[in-house]
Amino acid sequence: MTPLTAYLLVAALLFAIGLAGALVRRNAILVLIGIELMLNSANLNFIAFWRYGPHPEALTGMMFAIFSIAVAAAEAAVGLGLVIAIYRHTQTTDLDKMNGMKG
Amino acid sequence: MSAVFYLIAALTVAGGLAAVLLKNLVHAALAVTVAFGGLALLFLSLDAQFAGFAQILVYIGAVAILIVFAILLTRGSDLPKDGVFSKTWLIGLVIAAAVFSVLGWAVLSSASGLPNESAVPAVNVHDIGVALVGRYVLPLEIVALLLTAATIGAVIVAMHEKDGAQ
Repeated sequence: MTPLTAYLLVAALLFAIGLAGALVRRNAILVLIGIELMLNSANLNFIAFWRYGPHPEALTGMMFAIFSIAVAAAEAAVGLGLVIAIYRHTQTTDLDKMNGMKG
Repeated sequence: MSAVFYLIAALTVAGGLAAVLLKNLVHAALAVTVAFGGLALLFLSLDAQFAGFAQILVYIGAVAILIVFAILLTRGSDLPKDGVFSKTWLIGLVIAAAVFSVLGWAVLSSASGLPNESAVPAVNVHDIGVALVGRYVLPLEIVALLLTAATIGAVIVAMHEKDGAQ
């Protein structure tokens, strides 16, 4: 197994774990944690392809990972703000109980 | 592959699994912090020092703290009565397993013939900074705008509304 394959397999496993967390849990914050895990595994793929790709000096994968980290931070801030706002409205973070569109 | 890689990979995957499986949300937040730290170590083992330290600063320093704040503000540390898993948990698990098997099959069956297997890339933080203000300056400005908008938006969305006033 080449190093690139090993890193890609770890990233695939982390992506599957994050997807399972986002689909299986009923707490909105845990769903956001799962989404963060998925974004991170994509970053690991970018860095692994940058490291083992033919032109690491072009910095393409590295730049993609850095911008992805910045966008993920913005997403986490807005997502958790939305969870807090919904909790204040409905007094729950249980996604199975959030089934109405009009508060 | 070295033993260090397997150790870090096992730590990362165990952190991710614990974050998804643990019932207490505060424990889950701590476990996902371990997973973020393991990912930063994986970045460092891939000779991506800047991305590794940015990962530590942004994820362990900011996102983990945000998650803990959100858990405490929503009283998420109380265990729910009717279980932590959704009603459709089996379907979700099947979808995740299917996605992993497809990804793993694709990775294992593809010929990885990338040429740069051994040489360490001759890239330092100086090169990254020059590229950020040179070729990638427009994305940098857009990300700065996005972060400003996201910060203001998060504060406005989470701000306490007065009774009666919208």
